[in-house]
Amino acid sequence: MFKRILLAVDGSDHSVRAVKYAIELAEKFDGVIETVYVVDENTTKKDVLYAANKLEIEAKRKEKIKPIRNLLEQSNVVFGTHVLHGEPGPCIVQFAEEREVDCVVIGSRGLNQVQSFLLGSVSHKVAKRTACPVLIVK
Amino acid sequence: MKIEQLKQEWFGNVKGDILSGIVVALALIPEAIAFSIIAGVDPMVGLYASFCIAIVIAFVGGRPGMISAATGAMALLMVNLVAEHGLQYLLAATILTGIIQVVFGVCKLAKAMKFVPHSVMIGFVNALAILIFAAQLEHFVGETWIMYALVGLTLAIIYLFPRFTKAIPSTLVAIVVVTAIVIFGNVDIRTVGDMGALTQQLPVFLIPSIPLTLETLMIIFPYSLALAIVGLLESLLTANIVDDMTDTESDKNRESRGQGIANIVTGFFGGMAGCAMIGQSGINVKSGGRGRLSTFVAGAFLMFLIVVLGDLVVQIPMAALAGVMVMVSISTFDWSSVRNIFKVPRTDAFVMVATVIIVVVTNNLALGVFAGVILSAIFFAAKISKVTVTDSLDEAGNKRIYHVVGQLFFASVSDLPKRFNYEDAVESVEIDLLNAHLWDDSAIAALDKIESKFKDANIRVMYTGLNKESMQLKNKIHGISSEY
Repeated sequence: MFKRILLAVDGSDHSVRAVKYAIELAEKFDGVIETVYVVDENTTKKDVLYAANKLEIEAKRKEKIKPIRNLLEQSNVVFGTHVLHGEPGPCIVQFAEEREVDCVVIGSRGLNQVQSFLLGSVSHKVAKRTACPVLIVK
Repeated sequence: MKIEQLKQEWFGNVKGDILSGIVVALALIPEAIAFSIIAGVDPMVGLYASFCIAIVIAFVGGRPGMISAATGAMALLMVNLVAEHGLQYLLAATILTGIIQVVFGVCKLAKAMKFVPHSVMIGFVNALAILIFAAQLEHFVGETWIMYALVGLTLAIIYLFPRFTKAIPSTLVAIVVVTAIVIFGNVDIRTVGDMGALTQQLPVFLIPSIPLTLETLMIIFPYSLALAIVGLLESLLTANIVDDMTDTESDKNRESRGQGIANIVTGFFGGMAGCAMIGQSGINVKSGGRGRLSTFVAGAFLMFLIVVLGDLVVQIPMAALAGVMVMVSISTFDWSSVRNIFKVPRTDAFVMVATVIIVVVTNNLALGVFAGVILSAIFFAAKISKVTVTDSLDEAGNKRIYHVVGQLFFASVSDLPKRFNYEDAVESVEIDLLNAHLWDDSAIAALDKIESKFKDANIRVMYTGLNKESMQLKNKIHGISSEY
């Protein structure tokens, strides 16, 4: 049923929590996990400003999703990692469509109403716009 | 192959480029006007600059999809020149800025960017944000609560409108709404028209009317040099950001030349010097712009709007522009640098803060960068000038071996001779330089000093582990025959 699972991560604790669910899901249905980390404009700006060169930027991003990679490596699930650029919501939706995934697993930051109005909830956007089931991990 | 690439860069993304170009043109207008006002010139100077630079850079730039126009960093550098000598000198300085940048580009100096450490770049953007914000304060002098209310409304629209749609730039919506309120509500408040004239015509080619003397050159050169450096710094930083956002490469030397050519052309067409814009380039990429066409459309559509809508543009209240500038300064400032100021290495934080303070005190971004680079160089030298010396006695007990570890150069060797014991009861000493590197004649002089002191005590000196470069340096300076 869930053969191809898209796992959206950003290196935060919420996304680390989501990893565990994705792994269990993949193990149960014998599926593969495609991990997606979207770098948005502000992160790009910060990463470029703080790094001396491209290699350093790349290393920094790898470091950021390392806890997630570690968890995936400890499991027996087949997985791939992708770093995309753009707005997180639309990027994840587009990737889900292109790769025809069966399920999206994403962590929720647990914003309240005011916060989600001001900041915009990525998980809500993804849930609303993807065709496949979405598991929002709280 | 070349034609193929050119075609791709121009027409590889026609629909996305045209749409994003239009969005950028709309977002550029308020900024171009506001930056002109910061520089103390008529709004037309910034608008002409944005038009010319965008059009020219579309052809000659090295980073397709990047937006260059009149910018705050450049405007802030020309304030004094305009105040003391007027517009014509600014135009001449703009042309000279372009020439300097072309020279930089031809000499492939883009590589020198790596000597500007990131703590200086962070200081640079923070200082820039502070100066842009500070430049808005004068618009509040003598104003009533209406000014504050309109600035607040502008900011509220800018930050909340994107929650509803991101298709139209929220700064434009804010400008339109606030301008409409002022026009239809008959609110008496200062507008763009009060700050200077706006002519609804295309720019024309003019040679700046300045005396072509050495004195003129001496006046404009310091400004041009500062403009050239700051312009390239911000342009190459922006190019790196666009590279990362789009996951593509760009030609930095071509971009440096392109910035120069764009500024030369701008100067002759009555525009002020400009450079790449981080914010606008971000808007362009987010709106789907990738190719050269997007930059071209941004410039062309901007001019079209001014020619058609000039009457409305002069009615934009300063409150709306000040609001946009506050947003620009908030998004330019690197807030994480404040959050992490006690987490980063202390010298990095010091360099960042020092850069900010020097810029804010001198009002000169170039001076801040210069001071920041020098400070970082000093800190770096201090950091690598740590030399450790450990010693051990050999089995027979008549030879002491000193292990020297570190970089030996002028800053690190002054205390080195004191680290050896010259009253030792041994026949010879061995100085192990396997993990040391000799960099200059100070290093050689220090070793000579150590050697002669040991000789005075009748102790033989022997060097081991000298690497090839260090040995060459030693022989070149001295030709001393040591036992290796």
